[in-house]
Amino acid sequence: MSTLLEASGIVKRYGHVTALQGADFSANAGEVVALIGDNGAGKSTLVKVLSGVVAPDEGTIQIKGNPVTLGSPLGARAFGIETVFQDLSLAPDLGPAENAFVGRELIKPGLLGWFGVLDSAKMRRQAADAFMSMGTNLMTLLDEPVATMSGGQRQSVAICRSIMWASEVLFLDEPTAALGVVQTRNVLDLVRRVADRGVAVVLISHNMQQVLEVANRIEVLRLGRRVAQFNAAGTNIEQLVGAMTGALDRSAA
Amino acid sequence: MSAVLLFLVIVFSAIRPDAFPSLANAQNVVMDAAALLVMAVGMTYVMIAAGIDLSVGSVLVFAGVCSAKVMGAMGADNWGTVLAGLVVALAAGLAWGLFNGLCITKLRVPALITTLGTLGAALGAANLVTHGNDVRTVPLTLIEFGVGGPLGLSWIVWVAIAVAIVGGLVLARTRFGRHTYIIGSNAEAGRRAGINVDNHLLKLYGLSGLLAGLAGWLSLARFATTTIAGHSTDVLAVITGVVLGGTSLFGGFGTVGGTVIGILIPTALSNGFIIVNVEPFWQEVATGFILIAAVYVDQIKRRARERA
Repeated sequence: MSTLLEASGIVKRYGHVTALQGADFSANAGEVVALIGDNGAGKSTLVKVLSGVVAPDEGTIQIKGNPVTLGSPLGARAFGIETVFQDLSLAPDLGPAENAFVGRELIKPGLLGWFGVLDSAKMRRQAADAFMSMGTNLMTLLDEPVATMSGGQRQSVAICRSIMWASEVLFLDEPTAALGVVQTRNVLDLVRRVADRGVAVVLISHNMQQVLEVANRIEVLRLGRRVAQFNAAGTNIEQLVGAMTGALDRSAA
Repeated sequence: MSAVLLFLVIVFSAIRPDAFPSLANAQNVVMDAAALLVMAVGMTYVMIAAGIDLSVGSVLVFAGVCSAKVMGAMGADNWGTVLAGLVVALAAGLAWGLFNGLCITKLRVPALITTLGTLGAALGAANLVTHGNDVRTVPLTLIEFGVGGPLGLSWIVWVAIAVAIVGGLVLARTRFGRHTYIIGSNAEAGRRAGINVDNHLLKLYGLSGLLAGLAGWLSLARFATTTIAGHSTDVLAVITGVVLGGTSLFGGFGTVGGTVIGILIPTALSNGFIIVNVEPFWQEVATGFILIAAVYVDQIKRRARERA
């Protein structure tokens, strides 16, 4: 497995608060890596830094060994990094196909394209193909505004959209927090399938059981630093909780 | 909403079968609706993007005043003067629109307050330029342009129809239109997807001002004078028409086609009241309450959808 994304010594301060104090993180191609930590450990901030939403005060980010500056979510996207935010970032009045192409609308060729005329048929087709290949039931809902959909369906739209565009790294911030059992199962299967295509999937979750089940590797953040890395195989919940709360440090000392 | 319009037509026709359902009266109604429709197309864009532009009526007056002044100063009664007047009206409207847009996007003053301010400022500026007197230096060429046209409809109406068609197609079929819906639906999602939201809003308020300027020029063609005092409730009719046409006050959905139907409702109401000898002020009372009712219905629809 090759290292796709490597962040080291990331520092991010908000006024007097230092959210990240030299955090490290790495994600490899084709793996699901879980990022866990207690509330306030800096998970959200780290995701924001790595998806280009906020700029770090210090530290370096490397993609495939090359140092990069993401600059903005657009910059991150140019490197094939996509993020499913907790609020999903969907336009509720538009349908799933329209949402899948927000900011990336396809334009008709020729003169019509010069006027910015949308190629709606092509976008619908591509979105429907993507929804189908990801095993969702969204194809039948292509004309429904996202607002009328269930929480699980909305989550599927947001995740499918990101998968369509994520060629390297996919961040999922608490993707199953609002979902029922079956829907959670579907999302986790989807996550696995994306990783199998060679994408590095970063899963931020509070659910330890779920993390152990779906992730290959687990990185633990505490007080703005990476304090532990585990292989999921052979790790148990007690170890994870210990690393998150600092109990392990104390027992080691 | 087409049903409401049909209902109004039937009621007024029943009360005055001799006067309301005539070709001449239908021409009157669409003529009244034309300038309002031009502004309503711009308002549809702004409201779909979850904004509002209260200044359109005053910008119409200001643009008309500037246009009439320039045409008067040029003197010659020909198409050169008329087109120069058009350019001045468009430029004056665009300038107010961009001013609105800059205040809203750069200074972060809410659209409601910014455009309430320019509602007062543009009208005040128009009065300053004219010392409160209407300007009547409208070339005969322009007035004649307003009188005749194909199919018994004035060119004023044809211009409004053209604006509605182009505006409707751009909104429904282009990336510009799509971004308008996205911004009204979830601006943050648009921002994260790389849409320059502020820049787009600036263009929308500029468009609204530009179309108000065009309406000012059309109004000169219609009335042969600036009618400074005659547009204080235009914005009420325009917003009512847009909301009746199905555009949400909270952004995200709406169509120009709906606006076309919607704008005919306050216009038909106004025309019908005059014909059945109801004091015309009742039209403003009625339109005001219709606006409140229409927004109430929009709220109910939203809540029902969110529950589902």
